[in-house]
Amino acid sequence: MTEWAASVVVVGAGPAGIAAAIRAEGAGRSVILIDQAQRPGGQIWRHRDRAALPRQARSWLQRLDRSSVRLLTGASVVDAEPSSRLRVDLGGRPLGVRWNDALVLATGSHERFVPFPGWTLPGVVGVGGAQALLKSGMDVAGMEVVLAGSGPLLLPVAATLSRAGANLTLVAEQAPLGRVIRFGAALWRSPSRWLDAARYRAGFLRTPYRTGTWVLRAEGEDRVREVTLTDGDGERTLPCDLLCTGFGLTPASELARLLGCATDGWRVKVDGVQATSEDGVYCAGEACGIAGAEIAILEGEIAGLAAAGDRAGAERLGRRRPPHDRFVAGLAQAFRLREELSALPAGTTLVCRCEDVPLERLRDFGSTREAKLHTRAGMGPCQGRICQPALQHFFGWGIDSVRPPLFPTSLSVLAAPEEDESPPPPTSIT
Amino acid sequence: MDRSPDVVIVGAGIVGAAAAHVLTAEGLAVDVVDRGAPASGVTGAGMGHIVVMDDSPAQLQLTAYSRRLLDELAPELSASCELSRCGTLWIASGEAELEAVEAKQGAYAEAGIASEVLDGDDVARLEPELRRPLFGALRVPGDTVVYPPGLARWFLDRAVERGARLHLGTEIDSLGPREVRAGTTTISAGAVVNAAGPWSGRLSPGLPVTPRKGHLLITGRYSGFCRHQLVELGYLASAHDLSQDSVAFNLQPRPTGQIIIGSSRQAAGWDGAIDRSVLQKMVARAVEFVPGLAGLDVVRTWTGFRPATPDKLPLIGPWPDEDGPWILSGHEGLGIATALGTAQILADLMLERRPELDPAPFRAARA
Ligand SMILES: Cc1cc2nc3c(=O)[nH]c(=O)nc-3n(C[C@H](O)[C@H](O)[C@H](O)COP(=O)(O)OP(=O)(O)OC[C@H]3O[C@@H](n4cnc5c(N)ncnc54)[C@H](O)[C@@H]3O)c2cc1C
Ligand SMILES: Cc1cc2nc3c(=O)[nH]c(=O)nc-3n(C[C@H](O)[C@H](O)[C@H](O)COP(=O)(O)OP(=O)(O)OC[C@H]3O[C@@H](n4cnc5c(N)ncnc54)[C@H](O)[C@@H]3O)c2cc1C
Repeated sequence: MTEWAASVVVVGAGPAGIAAAIRAEGAGRSVILIDQAQRPGGQIWRHRDRAALPRQARSWLQRLDRSSVRLLTGASVVDAEPSSRLRVDLGGRPLGVRWNDALVLATGSHERFVPFPGWTLPGVVGVGGAQALLKSGMDVAGMEVVLAGSGPLLLPVAATLSRAGANLTLVAEQAPLGRVIRFGAALWRSPSRWLDAARYRAGFLRTPYRTGTWVLRAEGEDRVREVTLTDGDGERTLPCDLLCTGFGLTPASELARLLGCATDGWRVKVDGVQATSEDGVYCAGEACGIAGAEIAILEGEIAGLAAAGDRAGAERLGRRRPPHDRFVAGLAQAFRLREELSALPAGTTLVCRCEDVPLERLRDFGSTREAKLHTRAGMGPCQGRICQPALQHFFGWGIDSVRPPLFPTSLSVLAAPEEDESPPPPTSIT
Repeated sequence: MDRSPDVVIVGAGIVGAAAAHVLTAEGLAVDVVDRGAPASGVTGAGMGHIVVMDDSPAQLQLTAYSRRLLDELAPELSASCELSRCGTLWIASGEAELEAVEAKQGAYAEAGIASEVLDGDDVARLEPELRRPLFGALRVPGDTVVYPPGLARWFLDRAVERGARLHLGTEIDSLGPREVRAGTTTISAGAVVNAAGPWSGRLSPGLPVTPRKGHLLITGRYSGFCRHQLVELGYLASAHDLSQDSVAFNLQPRPTGQIIIGSSRQAAGWDGAIDRSVLQKMVARAVEFVPGLAGLDVVRTWTGFRPATPDKLPLIGPWPDEDGPWILSGHEGLGIATALGTAQILADLMLERRPELDPAPFRAARA
């Protein structure tokens, strides 16, 4: 297996990872930045035309272009060995990446789904997934589209859908108006967030934005044709060619957990300079709490400095950080899922879609592991990334252990002997 | 506790579950205690190969007997037991091993187990993914594969139907011949069975059961990639040698189309972490036999602790002497295959009947 090494290795080239890489490089370290996507930018920046990005985003990406950071894209970290080495699947070939001084985890988040009848029909997609599809050119012009779910992510996606010519008939936020307003009011500290929200809302002015409204079911034979929603009183059925649904984000802490980093629920625990419980391992961005891109960048900068050994600089930056925990908690509180959502799925509604396990088969069990052993829920290719947060929501179950590989990968990548001389992977790093 | 059961079993793995099934069928009142969920110990980590194995005459007898008992239950098993009649192919790695194939067939025939010697062409026809040249194999058509947690749960469900009580999430701190203790709670019983698998030595200090770590790996779905459980003929030698870490080629097709790749043996204490160097050796060995595996996607890897004894035979009976609590443990890599046979022997001994097999080689107090 070919092996590359750098002083600081960063996993995840989203806002947090880019900021970390730039800061570590600025402090004189050699840096490798790894992302499984084909382009840097993470969930929020990579799909878009550079020119259309906000100034701050453009500036970070330009700094990355001009830096000596070695960027490795199309590269999935599939395993992390205790001996300071990552195992990477690079286009089907194994690559070892060693960090000599520090590792920064900036792995972002996953969308959270709440199963309801019809959620597995073709034409029902994640809110973030829709964003990605749109950016990669999906044509929605003239389609009847409904957006139903929860969290601030609904706004930018609604704006994008509108701009792309979709007939967006409703944006339904499950959280009640009072909670959304209180959350908005608490944003006074960061006017840029207000501006963002206002800009997004302006992007889909002709579509009603209803709070306290949630999806009950999606129906259709071969694909979704209509969706029924409720505000707790009446029900309303809308024709629908595309239903975008998502109920917030869950920190992507798999790699951190594989490395043994302490977590609080799904969040990776970090200290004031983003250090995790494991020596030399830092974490930044949404993997340590859902708080949006702006905070992800700041955390990335702090982690990058700390990883490069500039603790004083990291602490100085840390003081600029808004009370993060309060924001994370505020966001979680404002958009926490209402009780009624637990009653959405019917007995036959699939909860684990990799292994086709319906809710009724899961009710008898007492834990994630027990349900998994006896129903296969969470045993499929996604290894519970989708169903575990749902099971946690429905039953209050805990989080299962993480084992290699982090993503399905071929045997020859996962278990190529270290000492084997393999030809270098097909991509060269920049 | 409102009633004191005839027997309290510690451990709801395949072994304790099979014992509960057999003992309740005999009309005994049984309680089963486990600190976790059913099959949450090594039973949830094993491969589920119901195989006849001939490392020793006693092992051959026990595996043959147990396989027959499970076959008799087969019509009743639920779909969740995933019983599959795939048979086993013991693969010879060279001309030199063909003699061993013949010898194995002889031993199996004596135990009443049907098997067939195949030449290289036969093997290639049956399992085209195997690397050529192929020299031959022994096919044991009556071996099967189950899903161990499914079978353990099926046993427990039957026992519960007959009145057994489950105490799940209850950790036993200590046990005596007639009671088990969990914190301030004591369950008294006519007899106590320690079926705590690899952990049985913690409850019966001095019991010669040690953890023998194994790694497994499972792929995505590749229906029809292989049809039999494929095992290298040298597997027994690898399983036999307790002194060294070893890997052997052992491949299992699951009804889902997935393939489980094994196996390794290590004396590594209680460290359950994936050992990458062992994983690499194990995969290298598997790829030597089936090159096409290298390109298949893996979805998960894991480890488990086999409950090993020095002579590779399970412990059945009171320990350390005739007045001690009963032990049903030490099944090493064959606990799924032999749970039913060992449970039946236990029941016969408890009820002072003569077991169908000579119980002497398995006497717990031998150790
Ligand atoms: C599906 C989705 C869509 C979103 N859309 C929007 C939006 O439209 N507008 C908005 O304001 N916010 C959006 N967000 C939120 C936004 O992503 C975050 O606020 C911000 O990007 C957080 O930055 P980050 O650097 O922490 O994580 P991310 O930007 O998520 O970056 C993490 C990166 O790590 C990579 N990665 C993770 N694990 C591995 C691994 N094992 N190997 C290699 N690479 C790995 C991923 O490919 C990803 O590029 C979205 C989030 C999600 C999950
Ligand atoms: C990699 C691997 C592959 C294998 N493949 C096969 C195969 O193909 N065929 C085969 O036949 N066998 C196989 N085995 C072996 C098989 O898994 C074991 O022999 C069998 O599962 C042992 O079952 P058990 O019930 O004794 O142990 P366990 O399943 O571990 O059950 C013991 C139970 O006791 C409980 N317990 C422990 N201590 C306490 C306490 N203090 N209080 C309360 N409860 C307690 C535990 O929670 C556990 O549930 C394999 C094993 C491994 C590791």
